[in-house]
Amino acid sequence: MDILDQSIHELHQRLKSKEISSVETARAMLARIESVEPQIGSFITVTPEQALADAEAADRRIAAGQMDVLTGIPLALKDIFLTEGIRTTCGSRILDNFVPPYSATSWEKLKERGVVLLGKLNQDEFAMGSSNESSAYGTVRNPWDTDRIPGGSSGGSAAAVAARQATATLGTDTGGSIRQPASHCGCVGLKPTYGRVSRYGVIAYASSLDQVGPLTRDVTDSAIMLGALAGHDPKDSTSVNTPVPDYSAALTGTIKGLRIGLPREYFIEGLDPDVHKAMDAAIESYRRLGAEFVDISLPHTDYAVATYYLIATAEASSNLARYDGVRFGHRAEGAAGLLDMYTKSRSEGFGAEVKRRIMLGTYALSSGYYDAYYVKAQKVRTLIMQDFICAFEAVDVILTPVAPTPAFKIGEKVADPLQMYLSDIFTIPVNLAGTCAMSIPAGISASGLPIGLQLIGKPFGEETILRAAHAFEQATEWHTRKAVI
Amino acid sequence: MNISVAVVEHVARLARLELSEEEKNLFAGQMGAILGYVEKLRELDTEGVLPTSHAVPMENAFREDAECPSIGIEKALANAPDRVGSFYRVPKVIE
Repeated sequence: MDILDQSIHELHQRLKSKEISSVETARAMLARIESVEPQIGSFITVTPEQALADAEAADRRIAAGQMDVLTGIPLALKDIFLTEGIRTTCGSRILDNFVPPYSATSWEKLKERGVVLLGKLNQDEFAMGSSNESSAYGTVRNPWDTDRIPGGSSGGSAAAVAARQATATLGTDTGGSIRQPASHCGCVGLKPTYGRVSRYGVIAYASSLDQVGPLTRDVTDSAIMLGALAGHDPKDSTSVNTPVPDYSAALTGTIKGLRIGLPREYFIEGLDPDVHKAMDAAIESYRRLGAEFVDISLPHTDYAVATYYLIATAEASSNLARYDGVRFGHRAEGAAGLLDMYTKSRSEGFGAEVKRRIMLGTYALSSGYYDAYYVKAQKVRTLIMQDFICAFEAVDVILTPVAPTPAFKIGEKVADPLQMYLSDIFTIPVNLAGTCAMSIPAGISASGLPIGLQLIGKPFGEETILRAAHAFEQATEWHTRKAVI
Repeated sequence: MNISVAVVEHVARLARLELSEEEKNLFAGQMGAILGYVEKLRELDTEGVLPTSHAVPMENAFREDAECPSIGIEKALANAPDRVGSFYRVPKVIE
């Protein structure tokens, strides 16, 4: 069990000292995946042959003295990342047999460092969901309580870390899809600033909001992974050309004088009492560490979910127009002409949540409604961004809950999409503002479920939130709690 | 907000989706509820506010117009549902 519990930095020390090999590590992980998959369902595709080949290559590299901190580390990717030669479904039937001809830049970067690929992780279909229940490959179960959802859309990515099926994973976050599952599964999830990490080869949902990030066991690993992923990519014209700092060096352990903002709109009546208690305790811990608290307001918070569900669905309806059965993906049999082929292929290939969002987005962009819905939402987005700009004049970091409640029961919100959408109320504003945020373990509910704390930073302020998260981790032991599975 | 089945059918046509009668009724109700919820944006005065299309303000990203290899015909066609030679095959467009 020991290998399975290790963080990247711990495993690195053991690989470096040759106490264990990368092949032994990969074998242990693959055996673990096989034994717990029937209960969890984190993976869509497991890649044992690839993993062992990668591990052998890593061991050669280690023997040659050419290792770096990620060499030989077993990872898994959300099935939204294109992996050349390895099936990539994005959780959808429409891509059931799709084998990409090229790879995502984030995967290329990790490969260069000599990581080991264990497989592709389950997710909500096209990253549309907050519970992983919209996947065409079955609902992922929360390792802390298998009757509950792991969160979404990167549900497999969070569950795999919590169930110790991978040392770390990659996810994507459009409205909270890294932070919310990380919170529900008790791991560390980081959504970098928009433009910090390349989106090339990441299947698009809402292009002005999507961002890649890691899910890890601790903050040190989060800094290591961000360092490997960040940077300008000529293949993504929205990636930003600013230098990548040494994120690990930012973890100094001291936050004396750090100004932390508490937005009053996030500490609302509907907040679960256990979540509220965990936030109060976290605030107390930060106070002891020397942080100063400032009451702030983000006045347009209440409009974020409405804004998001217009912008994200509009962008999705345009992005998903490419699935037409012509060049790749599912093509319906027996269509009467080209138009019928498009329509039938899409209708057979997409699940209900994807259809619902395409419909909403198409409506918001359609003639007569474009200004009233889409442009209006873009204007409110400006107001939401300004809320953050104003707040960050007085504070360095903003502290909030990640989700209003711990993980809910499987099936609880399926019939009511609006209630499902409202579960992302605290994470969505960050994507609209384009800034960075992370979720770290900060408590356990009375019923034994993990509770996450969100730290929001200024644009490109990842070093500050990582430093604040790390200091909290040093002072508490929530990150050492493990799901019993 | 009330969304009729006729509106659902119109939007489905625009989105190239074919919905069952059951889906049409379900979506009419759910879209009505969601669009009713987003109506709250009307409470805000956005006169003179510029719309945001991207979080990071940026100019056009130019690159050198240099030759570089592409992925090639075989790789590009490897996922084709149907092909003839180096082409994708689709149902007849013009009768």
